Amino acid sequence: MSNLLVAENIVKNYGNFTALNNVSIIVPKGSIFGLLGPNGAGKTTLIRVINQITLPDRGTVYLDGNPLVLEDIKHIGYLPEERGLYKSMKVGEQALYLAQLKGMSKNDAKKQLKYWFDKFEIGDWWNKKVQELSKGMAQKVQFIITVMHKPKLLIFDEPFSGFDPINANLIKDEILQLRDEGATVIFSTHRMESVEELCEHIALIDKSNKILDGKLSDIKRQFKSNTYEIAIHTSDNISIEKEIAEKFEILPSNRKALDDELVLKVKIKNDEISNNLLNYLSSKGMISHFAEVIPNANEIFIQAVNQNTKNG
Amino acid sequence: MDKLLLIIKREFIAKVRNKTFIIMTFLSPLLMIGMISLVAFLTKSSLEKKRTIAYVDGSHLFSSDDFKDDKTINFINLSDVDLEIAKNITQESDHYGLLYIPKNNKVDELSEKIQFFSEDSPNMMLIADLESVISAKLQKIKIKNSGIDLEKLEASKINVDVQLSNFSGERTSKLINGLKIGFGMGAGYLLMMFIIIYGAMVMRSVIEEKTSRIIEVIISSVKPFYLMLGKVIGTASAGLLQFFIWSIVLSILMLIASLVFGVEMSSNIDAMQVSSEQMEMVKSTMAGEMQVLISEVRKLPLTTMFFMFFFYFLGGYLLYSSIYAAIGAAVDNETDTQQFMLPVMLPLMLGLYVGFSSVIGDPHGTVATVFSMIPFTSPIVMLMRIPFGVPWWQIAISITLLIVTFVGVIWLAAKIYRVGILMYGKKPTYKELYKWLKY
Repeated sequence: MSNLLVAENIVKNYGNFTALNNVSIIVPKGSIFGLLGPNGAGKTTLIRVINQITLPDRGTVYLDGNPLVLEDIKHIGYLPEERGLYKSMKVGEQALYLAQLKGMSKNDAKKQLKYWFDKFEIGDWWNKKVQELSKGMAQKVQFIITVMHKPKLLIFDEPFSGFDPINANLIKDEILQLRDEGATVIFSTHRMESVEELCEHIALIDKSNKILDGKLSDIKRQFKSNTYEIAIHTSDNISIEKEIAEKFEILPSNRKALDDELVLKVKIKNDEISNNLLNYLSSKGMISHFAEVIPNANEIFIQAVNQNTKNG
Repeated sequence: MDKLLLIIKREFIAKVRNKTFIIMTFLSPLLMIGMISLVAFLTKSSLEKKRTIAYVDGSHLFSSDDFKDDKTINFINLSDVDLEIAKNITQESDHYGLLYIPKNNKVDELSEKIQFFSEDSPNMMLIADLESVISAKLQKIKIKNSGIDLEKLEASKINVDVQLSNFSGERTSKLINGLKIGFGMGAGYLLMMFIIIYGAMVMRSVIEEKTSRIIEVIISSVKPFYLMLGKVIGTASAGLLQFFIWSIVLSILMLIASLVFGVEMSSNIDAMQVSSEQMEMVKSTMAGEMQVLISEVRKLPLTTMFFMFFFYFLGGYLLYSSIYAAIGAAVDNETDTQQFMLPVMLPLMLGLYVGFSSVIGDPHGTVATVFSMIPFTSPIVMLMRIPFGVPWWQIAISITLLIVTFVGVIWLAAKIYRVGILMYGKKPTYKELYKWLKY
């Protein structure tokens, strides 16, 4: 699989402040790429560099193998976090204008807009002024404006903010469909459950540096610690727990017990296989739950950022 | 380029469709005419109001021939009574005032002892009128006293009118200077108004884009510089349209006004006691002047004036509106713009004042020449100088400086604009702006 977008050693300084320090990311074609990081980490700056809104001090961005040029903006659709529309302009006119600014012809733009307005069943908004729309409605229009010129690369910065769960789902499905049709998506958010759901690849930026990147599954493998969560019905919870603790390292679990079973997190040695633990446990009682603890995106995020803070 | 046109078109349409813009376009000329008419009406009615002035002449030098009733003043002679009684009468009968000429045989002393009593402070025009009547009378008395024949003195008066010619012998008109000054002042004033009105409009439009948060969507499609340029040009187009409509509506209203008031004007002339002989003389000299004037106007560098007007108008507007755009980009709301307005207004005001004070007196003097070179004042000052004929090398220097400055300022403004439009929540200082230039 080739890469649609490669950003190489991007450096951006604002006066004495370094917003991006040698950040590189690789976005495979046809994937959904999660760009994560705490507030003020430099995500937006990186996105602006990719959009050619900000010029980097050093480093190059390649789109489809070639250095980014001004013409490429028609291949990129960008939904910024700080977004809005001209309040006193009519929805249809505004969408047409923004489509033409992206380089579409007026006729193409009209056709595309009709398609999307029909799809979202908002055809009757065409002549409404933006100030008459609710926030969610305006967001829908904004989404259409981002995708209507069929860009190869879509960049969404917090796309779900301002949407109710039903509409957020609608947008999520649209993003997945666009991906299936061949678009590549860069997705920046603080909502880790949607990262979990959508992203195949992620990069984590903290304090202007990239501290983590790769396939989400690889990263999870990297972050898991051979820990298993177990629930077991025993005759005597306290003594059995002591017995297990002699053979394995145990960690407190926050899993709620359904009955009065013993719930634990058990860590095994790196070279040990899980069957050893399972076999040992089966002799102690009836096992009702046995699962490897795989860190979720949220935990990875927190752990990586805390680690980075500790390292200074 | 296509995108620039798109932006210009959108800005133009957005401005023109704006309700305030439409209302102002048609209301302003009406308001202006209304104001002028109101002032004219009030002045006229205050002039026409008859005032009664009582006078006590203790000197017995004046007769009722000196204090003749006219359209605005009725005189009442109270010389028979004492001053105090006259005062009471004046107050009780609600007369405008009381003129008191004390008894004194020495004319020179008398001239400083005349008093006017009134309820409120009196109309200065009226006092001036009274003074001229009295001084004329006293002068006559003095002349008589020194034994000069008044009639001979009158006959010896002569009116001189110097005829202006240039060295090739053609007659020139004095009126043409007035016309040149009129053009210069009009053009300079127009340019300043245009910059202030539409520059501020550019600024507001930038602030609107910032506060509505659409800016990032747009500049992911076009370079900020084009957005700024499109905004400046689009607003100027809307402004020119508005000016055009204003001038049409104003001239129509003026025409109507002059038709209505014109009738009264001619009746006024009849009322003036001008002999038909004098009228003929005035008319013939006026006709002569007019002919000279027309030929003079034809000789004015009209093409140069037109192109220069065009150039300086455009240059001045673009220079200032790009600064306005940068200010708009630097702030989050209009109240924060105040601190940046002074440096913009100062050169504009200076240009206008220099123009009004020195160009009119001495169009080719040092002050006028220097300020017509300095780029920030040159559009206004040079526009005022042009009708008087400016050496080509001065124009060349002025234009070159203006273009160089314009490019520099646009470049700086674009930098501030580019950084500023993405900055939220910071109240910018000059230091901050300087830092932005280096981003």
